[in-house]
Amino acid sequence: MIAELGLAMLWLAAALALLQLAAGAGALTARGGELAGIVRPVAVVQGVLCAGAFLSLITLFLRTDLSVKLVATNSHSLKPVIFKLAGTWGNHEGSMLLWVTVMALCGGFIALFEKRLRQDTMLATLAGQAFVSLGFYAFMLLSSNPFERLAEPPPEGNGLNPLLQDIGLAFHPPTLYLGYVGLSIAFSFAIGALVTRDVGPAFARAMRPWVLGAWIFLSLGITAGSYWAYYELGWGGWWFWDPVENASLMPWLAATALLHSSTVLAARNALRAWTVMLGVVAFSMSMIGTFLVRSGILTSVHAFAVDPERGSFILALLTIYIGGALALFALRASTISEGTRFAAVSRESALVFNNVMLSAILGIVLIGTLYPLLTEAFGEKVSVGPPYFNPMAAIFFVPMLLVMTVGPLLRWRDDRAGRTTGRLALPALAAAIVALGLVAFAPVIKPLPFLGMALAVGLAVASVLPLIGRDLRRTPLPTYGMVVSHLGIAVALFGVGSDSAFSIEKLVASRVGETHSVGPWKVTLRDIEPVAGPNWTALEAALAASYDGGSPSILRTQSRNFTSPPQQTNESALHTRWNGQLYAVLGEEADDGRWQLRLWWKPFVPMIWYGGILVGLGGLLALIGRLSRDIKRTRAEAKIAYRRERQGR
Amino acid sequence: MATSAIKPKHQRLVLLTIALVALIGAGLLAAWALKNQAAYFYVPADIVANPPEAGRAVRLGGMVEKGSIKTAPDGLTIDFIVEDGKAKVPVRFRGITPDLFVEGSGVVAEGRMEAGGKFVADNLLAKHDENYVPREMANMSKARAAVAETK
Repeated sequence: MIAELGLAMLWLAAALALLQLAAGAGALTARGGELAGIVRPVAVVQGVLCAGAFLSLITLFLRTDLSVKLVATNSHSLKPVIFKLAGTWGNHEGSMLLWVTVMALCGGFIALFEKRLRQDTMLATLAGQAFVSLGFYAFMLLSSNPFERLAEPPPEGNGLNPLLQDIGLAFHPPTLYLGYVGLSIAFSFAIGALVTRDVGPAFARAMRPWVLGAWIFLSLGITAGSYWAYYELGWGGWWFWDPVENASLMPWLAATALLHSSTVLAARNALRAWTVMLGVVAFSMSMIGTFLVRSGILTSVHAFAVDPERGSFILALLTIYIGGALALFALRASTISEGTRFAAVSRESALVFNNVMLSAILGIVLIGTLYPLLTEAFGEKVSVGPPYFNPMAAIFFVPMLLVMTVGPLLRWRDDRAGRTTGRLALPALAAAIVALGLVAFAPVIKPLPFLGMALAVGLAVASVLPLIGRDLRRTPLPTYGMVVSHLGIAVALFGVGSDSAFSIEKLVASRVGETHSVGPWKVTLRDIEPVAGPNWTALEAALAASYDGGSPSILRTQSRNFTSPPQQTNESALHTRWNGQLYAVLGEEADDGRWQLRLWWKPFVPMIWYGGILVGLGGLLALIGRLSRDIKRTRAEAKIAYRRERQGR
Repeated sequence: MATSAIKPKHQRLVLLTIALVALIGAGLLAAWALKNQAAYFYVPADIVANPPEAGRAVRLGGMVEKGSIKTAPDGLTIDFIVEDGKAKVPVRFRGITPDLFVEGSGVVAEGRMEAGGKFVADNLLAKHDENYVPREMANMSKARAAVAETK
């Protein structure tokens, strides 16, 4: 019953999306004025219905209703509840339903809360959102119905890939999806604005909170994914330039550029066409990422569907939406009037530079990700890895970081280069001290980590400079947001530099009772014992680790065996100190009772993720600041309107 | 520079030019780097015919020859042979092998050639499970068939 109800709600939501598109488009014509009134309510109801369908699927998973094909193939009655819940979106159909739900809810929220857009732009935006949603509804209902029943329910389900049975994985995909799909709003806004030629500061102010929201989720999602790869895969790395990782990085780069360019548009009415273009590009990157991951073109931990039909379906959607939006842009770009001028040395220039560098990095990542697919089409197998991505990204990232230190200190419109040099002395000094310290104490450090760590410290100091000399209580929240986010980038960069420069790895074959030293640590293998979990059994090594002769802490690392599906995973053990992390993985039993152990001492590595959290937190501060200012303004405007009305009487 | 010196139209043109130059530059740089990197993935036949210079990071993919895995007395180092039916390359790896690393199955080794023709791997990528296969291994059935033929 629940499955049928869910499916019915999904069909109804799709029908409403069609109505929303037709009514929105009709209302924009000369005689369609009466239609305007229904667009907003339809968008809200569509959101509610779609969310209802998603809740139905969650219910089916929580109940382990094996008569539903999706549940039978992806769940198991013995699975812990939290993973039953996560199983809802840990597969192709479920994740697609999550995708349309986020899109529909975003549309509903715009319809309810967005008051600043011009009426016609709002209608065009909601029609655009419905247009994009329709493609994904069609995809779900025609080729990947999550509610499909089985004629004969199996006695037990298949289970969920053990690699995905991890608390981080339960919440990482929805976070990332909120970011990914949240960008659809920027896309719809851009389409709406192009249709009505209404690209100006008001448009940028209306779009910005939505982009900020999506960007916060993307930042946090990427951070969580990176940490998951670090501890769950047991490889000790935090970024592998895997196509799936790139698929999440590309929209983030575009959204970051969009966030900065919409600031220029909102504050100074410049970069109009560019901002609209980025709105189109950001969501296009989300869709390209989805296509890469879900089409079966490449295989990865995250690629569930290896089904050519689905691949071609997503490719068709991709072509229609990206191609259509770009065509619209080409038609309308020349009619978007020019923005305000600014001088070569100004806040605007710094932001333009940031945008160009981010776009260049985006181009580098996109080319590197697509290149293997392209050559394979011509029969040659190539793989592109870190030797390409690391230096290529650094070429554009380093100059961007340098400008990031100056940008926030510059004035809008026109500034003199000389005015900021005095204030830059402090960060330059800090960077120089760190550089000298590294040369003195770590003479063999490689150039990139060296540069990264020195720059990180310089940027950290520079990022708080905009607060100096201000009344801190009257400083607007978005300024704090910028400071915290930039600081986050510096913190993460320091972690990256430190990890690649100072990590110490030790691989041993150890007998029980033996002690090994890794950097400042002494690690003793205490014992190895079998343990059992809800749906796995494991061998668990207990390690006693003491730092620099201090009292020992116990780490437990496991080699787990899952029965359904049969698979083995390594659970790493982590011990975190303020100055780094000790990382241990248990391998196989070698001959004569020795156990393979891999131990890492990674100085300051957690800073990578602390930095990521700071970046997201900065976004949150800015969002709160913007929203509260909006609310105040709407209230004030309402008051003025009320007074006028009374005076008019 | 005074703002009034440039007309808005010109400024737009300048910005567009800068953006285009940077993006085209990035594209060209990427193309150049990819060309240098094109030979990043090798199968044993490539390695024998046209070996990469010693010390350059490359990936080697092929089948693990049956009966070739040997563990050294230290319990950590393993030696094995990667083949593709046409050629064989000896590989040495120190570390914890992936769960599905077995003889007769596909493997991708990340590492470098050493003087003397031995491949030293820093990392082994094997099948993760039936769904997750390193990209280069997806089409290894050809190599598998070739290996089977030579037996």
